[in-house]
Amino acid sequence: MTAPLVEIREVSKRFTKRLDVAGKIAQRLGANVREETVHAVDQVSLAIQPGEVLGLVGESGCGKSTLGRVVAGIHAASDGHLFYQGKDVATLKGAEKRAATLAIQMIFQDPFASLNPRMRVEEIIGEAPRMHGIVSKAEQSDYVDDVMRKVGLDPSLKRRYAHQFSGGQRQRIGIARALAVKPKFLVCDEAIAALDVSIQAQVINLFMDLREELGLAYLFISHDLSVVEHIADRVAIMYLGRIVESATTEEIFSDPRHPYTKALLAEAPRLDQRHRAFEPIEGEIPSPLDPPPGCTFHPRCPAATADCRKTVPVLKAGRGGRETACLLEHLETA
Amino acid sequence: MTKVLEVSGLKTHFFTHAGVVKAVDGVDFSVSKGKVMGLVGESGSGKSITGFSILGLIDPPGRIVEGSIRFNGEEIANAPEDSLKRLRGNRISMIFQDPMMTLNPVLRVDTQMIEAILAHEKISRQVAWERSRDALGLVGIPSPEERLQAYPHQLSGGMRQRVAIATAFLTKPDLIIADEPTTALDVTIQAQIIHEAQKLTRQTGTALIWITHDLAVVAGLADRISVMYAGRIVEQGDIDDVIDRPRHPYTVGLLGSVPTANRRGQRLFQIEGMTPNMLAMPRGCAFGPRCRARTEACAAQPPIADVDGRRLRCFNPQRNAEAVP
Repeated sequence: MTAPLVEIREVSKRFTKRLDVAGKIAQRLGANVREETVHAVDQVSLAIQPGEVLGLVGESGCGKSTLGRVVAGIHAASDGHLFYQGKDVATLKGAEKRAATLAIQMIFQDPFASLNPRMRVEEIIGEAPRMHGIVSKAEQSDYVDDVMRKVGLDPSLKRRYAHQFSGGQRQRIGIARALAVKPKFLVCDEAIAALDVSIQAQVINLFMDLREELGLAYLFISHDLSVVEHIADRVAIMYLGRIVESATTEEIFSDPRHPYTKALLAEAPRLDQRHRAFEPIEGEIPSPLDPPPGCTFHPRCPAATADCRKTVPVLKAGRGGRETACLLEHLETA
Repeated sequence: MTKVLEVSGLKTHFFTHAGVVKAVDGVDFSVSKGKVMGLVGESGSGKSITGFSILGLIDPPGRIVEGSIRFNGEEIANAPEDSLKRLRGNRISMIFQDPMMTLNPVLRVDTQMIEAILAHEKISRQVAWERSRDALGLVGIPSPEERLQAYPHQLSGGMRQRVAIATAFLTKPDLIIADEPTTALDVTIQAQIIHEAQKLTRQTGTALIWITHDLAVVAGLADRISVMYAGRIVEQGDIDDVIDRPRHPYTVGLLGSVPTANRRGQRLFQIEGMTPNMLAMPRGCAFGPRCRARTEACAAQPPIADVDGRRLRCFNPQRNAEAVP
């Protein structure tokens, strides 16, 4: 079997809030202040094959965006390794390193904040390929036209600034900017969440067309299950920094195993359900500053046992070979 | 069925330097006691302005230029401020997308909730406090006594929205207008909030207008639905009729662009183009330039008419959802 296109192994990302001078003095004087560490991502491993779409689903604060940023190389991981085509990116040098960096690009959620308001579209899209020697200065203009056409933008608008475009068009500019360096892999972080319903459909279609045309692989991060169900081949469900279930899209949606996955699916509103009684699970996602002991989902889990409060479940194959991080799923195979 | 609210021919226009923006341009609907009406549209369709107009919250350069809003039979469009004040937060409440629109960041939750009651009723602070506590309990906030002492920033987003909802229900209003109340929330929290809203409308007989862009939420919650486009309602009817058998090409398109399981991996139906600039509206049907079913007739403004058990604003009603692939 060939190496996956992108793989992360046991990646963790911690953010520490350091004490400022006032805090340090207060601590000396015996106040109850200390450095706080958030385990945003905790020992996560994922692999994405060439041309594959992996959906990453979770609620706000679960660490899915941080994970996406680690994969895209924006954040350095606190622990663990990122592999591109089987090679550890941290050990790469020179041209190889640049190739690996350019191959993984990111699309951001907010098409208003992620474009430089003082640059013309031709610069936003054309700057990176010129700097990296993908095109010469003479070819840049034609190249930008090409990329703009690919994402459904009219090249005659390239002299404009980002604020002169609508939200959907801006997201297309963001996609064009990522595509301009010929990536193999796109990290899409809630890339359609800020768009209107009819525009969402346009951008989802664009992602699917680009995948077919360019053989792109995606890490598609979203809280919207119906979008992930539509676009992904495999889905990983994240809760409080950890992956709690990972399976093919078919398996996740027809036969969810982890209680959290079940709850998410049960509560997602659907067009075909009318006058339904919403029967939500209790509680909210706990603070990552102070996660509960044992399985972090146990305070909200309807099936939690005494063991769930003590033992931290790891992600491994359980009943029917399905990968979950749930003690109850593991029980039946043990 | 008693009509709590009847809106007819409502026009709210904004008189800007660049021209007149007809944000709401002839909207009719009514809501009955204990019923939920979903008001659906994309950004800029005028759905929020419709909600604000009912509460008299339109600031210059905007104003209600035409139409009537009857609340329990009483005309409240352009009513004097002091009579609106008696209604707002009392008989009609509003829940905003961002709970910090409702909550004052420098006041404790109890101060704000008690104030909301005492503004309209002559009861003791103690009774008002008890009612606030019970209201927080009703919306599923654990240990409400403690939460009453918190400041809004000490609560999570979901908790804040619950406080806003509890505050809206405090005076047992006849009508609540909820403007995208769950859009900023997670799926599990959204389900909790919808659950509470559903329970409370059933218990108190409060009518609810749920403004949203999310068709799936409305499908599960509402009894009736009004679909807005560019300041007008284009289709309105019972939720099952409209969702299962949409007739307006825009509704057909919106429903088609929602990803569902049975079309996994296939291209979604997409409505081409984007919502029109409200300063330069197309002639005739506002949806015309984006519509696949467009004919010559569409150069004129289609009137709203009764078609197939619903109100429809279209010259070319679609027969079934497959008619526009």
